Amino acid sequence: MNEQPYPEVPKLSPEDLARQKSRSKALGLLLGALVILFFIVTIAKLGGNVWNREL
Amino acid sequence: MSLATDSLIDEASRPLVSRGTARDYYELLKPRVMQLVIFTALVGMLTAHEHINPVIGFASILAIAIGAGASGCLNMWYDATIDSLMERTSKRPIPSGAIAPGEALAFGMTLSIGSVLFLGLISNWYVAGFLAFTIFFYVVIYTMWLKHWTAQNIVIGGAAGSFPPMIGYMAVTGSVNLETFLQFLIIFVWTPPHFWALALVKSKDYARAGVPMLPVVAGEVATRRQILIYSILLAPVGMAPALFGFTSLVYLVISAVFGGIMIWLAYDLSRKLEGDAARKASYRLFGTSILYLFVLFGALLLEEVVPFIPWRNLI
Repeated sequence: MNEQPYPEVPKLSPEDLARQKSRSKALGLLLGALVILFFIVTIAKLGGNVWNREL
Repeated sequence: MSLATDSLIDEASRPLVSRGTARDYYELLKPRVMQLVIFTALVGMLTAHEHINPVIGFASILAIAIGAGASGCLNMWYDATIDSLMERTSKRPIPSGAIAPGEALAFGMTLSIGSVLFLGLISNWYVAGFLAFTIFFYVVIYTMWLKHWTAQNIVIGGAAGSFPPMIGYMAVTGSVNLETFLQFLIIFVWTPPHFWALALVKSKDYARAGVPMLPVVAGEVATRRQILIYSILLAPVGMAPALFGFTSLVYLVISAVFGGIMIWLAYDLSRKLEGDAARKASYRLFGTSILYLFVLFGALLLEEVVPFIPWRNLI
């Protein structure tokens, strides 16, 4: 049985690596900002009710 | 099949990794259009005169802005071929080769769905539906259909860019009112003279790309006449919030003065048909139209946030 060869992994130029790094940084910051935003919005939506629960 | 995939942009010759930077993705969102959306949606939101948690208000405006950016991104995806043929748009991320059409499509769809769901969860589902409809209207009705079909493309399609004040108001109240409908009408009537002033200068670009803009289809003289008609119509529409008693005399004076300036510049453009003078008159009207909208909505914003406006009750 003939095995299919794996596709060749592209070699990244220094410019491509720099762009990839910039995208990764931006995506990381964006995800962090989303986590903070969702948390703050959740607290804002709950309002005073956040304390009205059985402990 | 999308225009983007059967275009000059050869997918097969693209590298397997993305070439785009974070800035390229940001440019896909049409940041200048987003600024206008944020500004006008904020005015609509403040018109509500109802208490809204500042965090929820901020997050709602953010969701509306991202929804607008997503529709801009999907517009760039679909029109990548046209953009590559026009000087004004040839450096956009897809025609320049920085971002593949497929990447833009995925990015735009993700942001569209995400912004609508987020707005529905934090505000209400009426406004989420309205945002979804606006994205659909801009991408499908305007970009995929009207833009390639009729010279009235930006007249009807301009509705998509005019909805934000109503969306901003609806995010707070879950409904629409006459005041925000008048704000919608101002942007709606403002769009044709604003866009056609630029289209006059770029008509060769549009002709090369096969887009039936008014100067290409009806000629430059007819376009100048239409610009003048819409500018004359814009003046009373711009004053309408004051005439209906929603604002003070200050707004009435400001809108009347700037409406008069728009009519004068449109009249000036209608008389200058050729050469550098015509080109300058087009750019002057285009630039002033941006200032017009900024000043009118700035005045509406101030009317909402400044507690005491002299002569407020004179109308």
